[in-house]
Amino acid sequence: MAVMLKDTTLEKIRRAMKCYPDKRSACMSALRIAQLDDPENRLTEQAFRHIADLLDMTPVSLHEMAKFYTMYNLEPVGKYHIQVCANISCSLLGAEHIIRHIERILNIKVGETTQDNKFTLSTVECLGSCGTAPMMQINQEYYEDLTEDKVGSILDSLE
Amino acid sequence: MFEEILIKNIKVPESHRIVSYLRNGGYTALPEALKHSGETIIQMVKDSGLRGRGGAGFPTGLKWSFIPKDPTLQKYLCCNADEGEPGTFKDREIIEKDPHLLLEGMTIASYAIGASKAYIYIRGEFEFGAGRLEGAIQEAYDKGFLGKKILGSGFDLDIYVHRGYGAYICGEETALLESIEGYRGQPRIKPPFPALKGLYKKPTVINNVETLSCVPAIISKGPGWFSKIGPEKSPGPKLFCISGHVNRPGVYELPMGTPLRDIIYDHAGGIRGGRKVKAVIPGGVSAPMLTVKDIDIAMDFDSLAAKGSMLGSGAVVVMDDTTCIVKIAYIVNKFFSHESCGKCTPCREGTTWLTKVLKRLEYGEGREGDLELLDSLCGNIFGRTFCPLGDGAVMALRGAMKNFRDEFEYHAKNKTCMV
Ligand SMILES: Cc1cc2nc3c(=O)[nH]c(=O)nc-3n(C[C@H](O)[C@H](O)[C@H](O)COP(=O)(O)O)c2cc1C
Ligand code: FES
Repeated sequence: MAVMLKDTTLEKIRRAMKCYPDKRSACMSALRIAQLDDPENRLTEQAFRHIADLLDMTPVSLHEMAKFYTMYNLEPVGKYHIQVCANISCSLLGAEHIIRHIERILNIKVGETTQDNKFTLSTVECLGSCGTAPMMQINQEYYEDLTEDKVGSILDSLE
Repeated sequence: MFEEILIKNIKVPESHRIVSYLRNGGYTALPEALKHSGETIIQMVKDSGLRGRGGAGFPTGLKWSFIPKDPTLQKYLCCNADEGEPGTFKDREIIEKDPHLLLEGMTIASYAIGASKAYIYIRGEFEFGAGRLEGAIQEAYDKGFLGKKILGSGFDLDIYVHRGYGAYICGEETALLESIEGYRGQPRIKPPFPALKGLYKKPTVINNVETLSCVPAIISKGPGWFSKIGPEKSPGPKLFCISGHVNRPGVYELPMGTPLRDIIYDHAGGIRGGRKVKAVIPGGVSAPMLTVKDIDIAMDFDSLAAKGSMLGSGAVVVMDDTTCIVKIAYIVNKFFSHESCGKCTPCREGTTWLTKVLKRLEYGEGREGDLELLDSLCGNIFGRTFCPLGDGAVMALRGAMKNFRDEFEYHAKNKTCMV
């Protein structure tokens, strides 16, 4: 095995395994932990193999999980993953303008990453924050009641 | 005077901490419940008339009573905190700001059905809320409200947090179970129902966050207190989450059966810019939309069902007269198509096709016969899918086309929007 998961990552996965009566049930946690600890914020082949070993699964079945659940990344993602909600309540209050505005600022289209790998822009379905629409999520953080001005200063504030 | 029970604690700072919850009278229902048998608790919940707040409105006490009484069997409680129905943001309020209310409700429910393990299935995007729950669970263990021999009784309970990772379908209860077990979230065939063969093939109850959060008040204030709020057949307090073109969007706790007009005008402050209401989705995007004609409807399970819509998750999405219904139909359908789990053909292929037709209508490339095509696609999906996701897509679209057919026709004929 070329690149192994770090000991700290493994430790977190082992802790997650204690929540379930069998090993397989911990696979979603394990994949999540591996992705969060990955420098490119994604799941690598090595991670799949290592987790498969740990949980007595095959890398293929883990791959299937990662393809089914949309928050797992199989491709590298920028340091900041901007996910703008494009569902109903956010659309009613101007999500489209927010998306166009971010595209202009970063000079990329939805689905793309900036050349310096700093930002990836995606649109997502409802994030359960419709009362503070329009909204977006950047990495784990929610940003709500967005306006074009607000978006500009949020992006400026990210190192 | 209506008394809040679900969001009464959240207005103070640090409301998520156990000290705050205790100061507000929290964890007094649990010791009360432990004095009674599980069966008595189930009867109290039956008597309260509580119906599930996750969407279907199934009577909660009845659901609990299906769990076999055999004490040697492992049983599970699963709390559905997936909050995936677009327009819905009510459970998040409890999870983030009053997690102990949910934990106390879950502990009483687990005691009632004899479960010693419980899971909270929370959508992965709610990382902040998941952290709040984990913190609260730790606090509850430290104070003896969770763990072995809770409050000196013979009852043990462990609660775990399981994070989803991006799949609306995992809100469907059997898909949720698959997901906890480490599989793709594809619904199971029912029967067997989860009450007999659920998580790890063991008897399991699945309840929504808000449903479980009603339980402490039913114990401490009594089933009679609860059943007197709102209409007889769907009583109790209800969280309504209002979004869209209103002045004060947000979560409001009101008696079940509150008129839609009051929710929009008294509580949510009316329509932005003084405009007019055009359409309202009363219960999340699966619920067929209503028009301004229906604005006096009582917001409860039965009144909405009688109008051909549903209360669903209590997510009220308000649209003013500048809204293009074809565009909304396209956005909503795209969602269902994106979230179809792919297991059954009518849903997978049907929603994809619907979205394609709606997209071309919306972008001015509609064709003659497109409306009839939509009608026929709907007919081929509805009632033929494995789980209710496909039906939700069809109900939403049929609701829009029934009330605003002229707008769809206009798009098809003139390749542009009439609003
Ligand atoms: C496609 C689909 C998505 C659902 N999403 C949710 C959800 O996000 N949260 C929820 O509580 N119930 C959801 N439900 C309803 C659950 O299947 C189930 O009825 C509910 O969790 C039962 O709890 P209750 O009786 O307390 O309402 C969904 C159902 C379907 C068919
Ligand atoms: S519609 Fe955007 S958060 Fe719900």
